[in-house]
Amino acid sequence: MESFFSRYKNALVLIAVLVAQLLALAVQVKRPASDSADQRGVTLIRYFVVSVVTPPERWLHNLGRGIRGVWSGYLDLVHVHQEDAELKAKIERLQLEQASLAEDAKQGQRLQHLLDFKQHYIYKTLPAQVIGTSGTDQSRTLFIDKGAKDGLATDMPVVTADGIVGKLKDVFDHKSQVVMISDRTSGVGVTMETTRTRGILKGGTFGELRVINVSPDERIKPGERILTSGGDQIFPRGMPVGTVDRIVPDPDRDPWVDVVIQPAANLSRLEEVLVITNLDETASAQAEKDLAESEAEGAAEQKRASDVLSERLPGRLDAKAPAETNPDTSAENSGENVRLMTPPKPVRPDQYSPDSTPQATELTPGERRAPVLQGTEDIAAPLRKPAAATPASTTTVDAAKGDSSEPGTAAKKSVTATGSTIAPGTKTALPTTGIKPGTGAVSGGASTVGTSATAVKPVKTTNGTVPQSGSVASPAESSRPVTGSASGSTSSASAAGSNAAGTLPKTKVIVDGPIRETRPADSRTAASQPGAAPVKKKGPEIVPDDGSRPPGTEKPAVQKPKPAVQPSGQDSQPAPATPKRGR
Amino acid sequence: MALMASTRREADERSFPLLIYVLIPTMALGLESFVSLHFPLFAMLDLPLMVVIYFAMTLHSPAGSTIGGALMGVAQDALTRQPLGVFGISKAVIGYVAGSLGVRIDTESHGTRLLLTFLFVLLHNAIDWVLVRHLLAEPMIWNWVRELLRALINTLVAVAIFALLDLAKSRE
Repeated sequence: MESFFSRYKNALVLIAVLVAQLLALAVQVKRPASDSADQRGVTLIRYFVVSVVTPPERWLHNLGRGIRGVWSGYLDLVHVHQEDAELKAKIERLQLEQASLAEDAKQGQRLQHLLDFKQHYIYKTLPAQVIGTSGTDQSRTLFIDKGAKDGLATDMPVVTADGIVGKLKDVFDHKSQVVMISDRTSGVGVTMETTRTRGILKGGTFGELRVINVSPDERIKPGERILTSGGDQIFPRGMPVGTVDRIVPDPDRDPWVDVVIQPAANLSRLEEVLVITNLDETASAQAEKDLAESEAEGAAEQKRASDVLSERLPGRLDAKAPAETNPDTSAENSGENVRLMTPPKPVRPDQYSPDSTPQATELTPGERRAPVLQGTEDIAAPLRKPAAATPASTTTVDAAKGDSSEPGTAAKKSVTATGSTIAPGTKTALPTTGIKPGTGAVSGGASTVGTSATAVKPVKTTNGTVPQSGSVASPAESSRPVTGSASGSTSSASAAGSNAAGTLPKTKVIVDGPIRETRPADSRTAASQPGAAPVKKKGPEIVPDDGSRPPGTEKPAVQKPKPAVQPSGQDSQPAPATPKRGR
Repeated sequence: MALMASTRREADERSFPLLIYVLIPTMALGLESFVSLHFPLFAMLDLPLMVVIYFAMTLHSPAGSTIGGALMGVAQDALTRQPLGVFGISKAVIGYVAGSLGVRIDTESHGTRLLLTFLFVLLHNAIDWVLVRHLLAEPMIWNWVRELLRALINTLVAVAIFALLDLAKSRE
């Protein structure tokens, strides 16, 4: 017998070792709770080995950190300022995004509370350093430098800012083992962000991640995000897991497919991780505080953005402009920072300006609404000297009755050639007179006497001439202080009186081409009712276009004696010196 | 004949200091664990297996190599999540075979080491695959290309490490 053992010593030792380990394997595999905890003996063996291996690893890790810290903190400082600026900008952007999402999150919490849905939120995390791995690609595990003494326990989820990493398995006093999601033994409940398809994430042989046993769905496309579903009772719901890489058929289960995903966290280069040590149904106080700060930052940022936007609007530029041209005034007074934006009133209105288009009932076929000088619309003219005006010219202020022009009409009111001017610094476009911006008309009745008023913009008289002395500024320019030059006469007193009498405003429209004088005021009405009396047209007064040259080139003193044709007739008053028509 | 040991007496004359028997396996485990953290491809190497093969072929003791391989494998299992014994069994077998061959053939030449190490790595991975796939019933794929490449890389690295470890030998 002795010779037998001595002769087959080696083989017997091998058999004994193999049998012992096979028994150990059988015991370990047979345990129903093998996924949660090891036997005491196995744990002791693991603890012994880890205690032997990890201290040098921790020392090496700390040494490496120190070297990297010295290098990155004191030597490699290139582009630090640029990165700092970029990070600050990123923080501001993220705060804005967080503020915008905060309301939705709160609403979601309220709805979940109404549905009595138990949602767990990350309440507390513990950062940890990764100090080692399993050392083999057949098992994807990590070792971190925190353990039970730091408050860690088995099955706590381990995450990074990018996504989930794994869960704690063996927790020792000052170190713990993390089973990554790429390990064969791991399993995570996941759901797809778009299709909401649920599945179980498992690690493959070579460390790839697969969502197994997924029913074929054409909606699952590469790039779709995978989130935790919370069904495993370990990871909080909604944490990023990865993105769909490709879909492969499951060889063992024919109709089913496996979804291979790309992990969100870089599982091959982990140095720092976060262990979620506490989950609660409410957000932590720190999270609430951060959220409140983010909301405040977002509100302040929105206010700044709205201020910048308002300053760029034209109505905001002129502090002396009428109140109705400053849409932000009422907003500031009411304290409302966010309101529906209305188009600002144009400072220089033209035919394209809002509210400049007259009502369809006021239009006449064939009439031209815009003032035309030789086929071109009237444009702003340079300042004119009043010397061109003859003192004897006593034109009547056509618009001096204080009338308010119709919107969109660019008819110019004749002013007194004797020098009805505007006092320096006087604004002629007074909103209280009822002139709407963009009409191009001026309240002549509000004009006051000046001695040296200068025409800001030449106006065209009803017969197509340009006033020689005195002028009325367009609303756009009348908002500015005007220095006029005129002979010093007043505006037509009758104009003011007429305005006081409540005469309806009359707008004169310059017609390009000959005026069809035989045309009745309302031809359709007249044709349909032959016996009826002629109906007086309520629309704007039509005056012919005499083909005057543009303001910049026309001769100022030449007045054509061509009388203006006014269908209404009653408003025309013959001027003794000039053929200008006035009301 | 190069593959045969010159003399049994010459082989028995070499041994290692006691500290080497503790320090080298521990370093192999630690380096494997630590370097793989920063260089994931390093996990393809199996330093504990190289240590088992080297000591088994050098010490010419199949029984001692079997126990040493088993301990080394169990320690490696302890760092993973698989049950204790998977690597223990495979490395125990490798230790026994390497120790038995070390008694009969000359394992001092690099050619012999190259060939034997290549075969041992393949055998180790095959045993490991059988255990995991059929004993533990876990899905594990055997990829010939991958395994051959892995064995080749391990062999090349192992020969270099063996040469370094030869420097620690002391003649009795």
